[in-house]
Amino acid sequence: MMLCALQTDFRDWLTCGSDDAAARFAPDAQAGLAVYQNNYRAALMACLEESFPRTAMWLGAADFHASAARAIDAAPPNSWSLDHYAATFPQSVAGQWPEDLVVGDLAALELALTEAFVGPDAVPLGADTLGHIDWDRASLAAVPTTRLLSLASNAPAIWSALASDADDPAPEPRVQPATILIWRQEHVACFRSLDPEETRIIALLIDGITFTDICERLVCAHGEAAGIQMAGQWLGRWVADGLLHHGLPG
Amino acid sequence: MSVPTFSGFGLGLRKPHYADFLESDVPVDFVEVISENFMVAGGRPRHILRKVRERHPVALHGVSLSVGSAHGIDPDYLVRLRALVDEIEPLFVSDHLSWSRTPGFSSHDLLPLPYTPEALDVVCANLDRAQDVLGRPMLIENPSSYLAFAQSEMTEWEFLKAVSDRTGCGLLLDVNNIHVSAVNHGFDPLAYVAGLPLDRVRQIHLAGHSQGEALLIDTHDKPVPPPVWALFAHVMDRVGPVAVMIERDDDIPPLGDLLQELDVARTVTAQRLAA
Repeated sequence: MMLCALQTDFRDWLTCGSDDAAARFAPDAQAGLAVYQNNYRAALMACLEESFPRTAMWLGAADFHASAARAIDAAPPNSWSLDHYAATFPQSVAGQWPEDLVVGDLAALELALTEAFVGPDAVPLGADTLGHIDWDRASLAAVPTTRLLSLASNAPAIWSALASDADDPAPEPRVQPATILIWRQEHVACFRSLDPEETRIIALLIDGITFTDICERLVCAHGEAAGIQMAGQWLGRWVADGLLHHGLPG
Repeated sequence: MSVPTFSGFGLGLRKPHYADFLESDVPVDFVEVISENFMVAGGRPRHILRKVRERHPVALHGVSLSVGSAHGIDPDYLVRLRALVDEIEPLFVSDHLSWSRTPGFSSHDLLPLPYTPEALDVVCANLDRAQDVLGRPMLIENPSSYLAFAQSEMTEWEFLKAVSDRTGCGLLLDVNNIHVSAVNHGFDPLAYVAGLPLDRVRQIHLAGHSQGEALLIDTHDKPVPPPVWALFAHVMDRVGPVAVMIERDDDIPPLGDLLQELDVARTVTAQRLAA
């Protein structure tokens, strides 16, 4: 048998585990085949367990394992990185539990936090540098781990409750569309909810926008005094949160 | 160009021990990390690796090269590994004599190869490419395996020697893997060692295993057992300067326990050198 054909047969055995796939190997290989298939599935299951601990708490261990097993059956891994395997699970688990308002959002939030955790490094803009910036020319940009996540439920509140050491029960699931800001501050992945106006500005901030442009947009919407005040308050919060990338023109 | 030698005793860097390695002077001569765990854009993993690298030489040990893949090596993987190599300047870069990849699929397990002339050509071509991209020779590790192919035309040790002859790679000898595969396939572990080009061994792994239903399983979840220590002593009579380490990946004990186990490796090595 050519190596290419052998490896295709092996992949078929790992992914479907059928008698037909096993029969393509010698009888004395069957015990070994079982070990390899167990290793394959155990590695993927461990990846999903590690990537989605709150989702597992929400569903309960038995239902999470059943969901993960169905996801493994449906979508074999295709990347050299096992961590990448988590990317398809939020959509899979949402599809498996169509009556559950929260589970897909919860998994999507966990995935986004994991991706931010290992996203590109950047030196954040420090409060001590603000006085040296030419604000008429300054172009602002968010740190590269910044992203916006649209959710349809109160999954962020449930995530926080599940992450808490307190014994308080998680809130009841409810429809609550929101945009969530995800980013990494130093080594910690963070999130918070945004109102529609800050969402629009953060979306521009991800690609880069001048501070003057932000001010003009807010002045147009709220008048000069309130608009400038709002821009200043947001700027202060973004800097305190480590959301802005250092490297602005002076 | 052959792989430079390094003599010393080390441990695999694992999450439960990150704080120990960051906050204290752990008495090891080098640490080994799983390359893929640090082939990320940034964040805490890269920060930890940089800090550990300030204190210790680091060996990069991969699991996803898939050097035996008939469809070749993932170019994205090689580019990312090269970037990590350039940053860390590792002692060694190693991976396994195995395959894990077909188009659109990655098994994330070290799958066995038939030891045929065709597979030898595939492994050597892939390894030549990897070494070209990395700009340095690699170490290839003998795998533990749970099945053998009837079409194999050479032994694993003959195959490893041929790979090293043709590509110039060094060898990472996993003594536990020899024992596991010897029990599973019924070959003589001493014949395995005798058939290897031991002058090309640059690193040694020591680990534990578990008894499965029908086969020994390379679980890395237990201390190094007596048969592996005995085989290690036999190997240390025959190799030159080498980097020796304990590889523990599951049921990870406190760091002190692993350091005690590493002291056993030091003692065995000293006894063999004195004999």
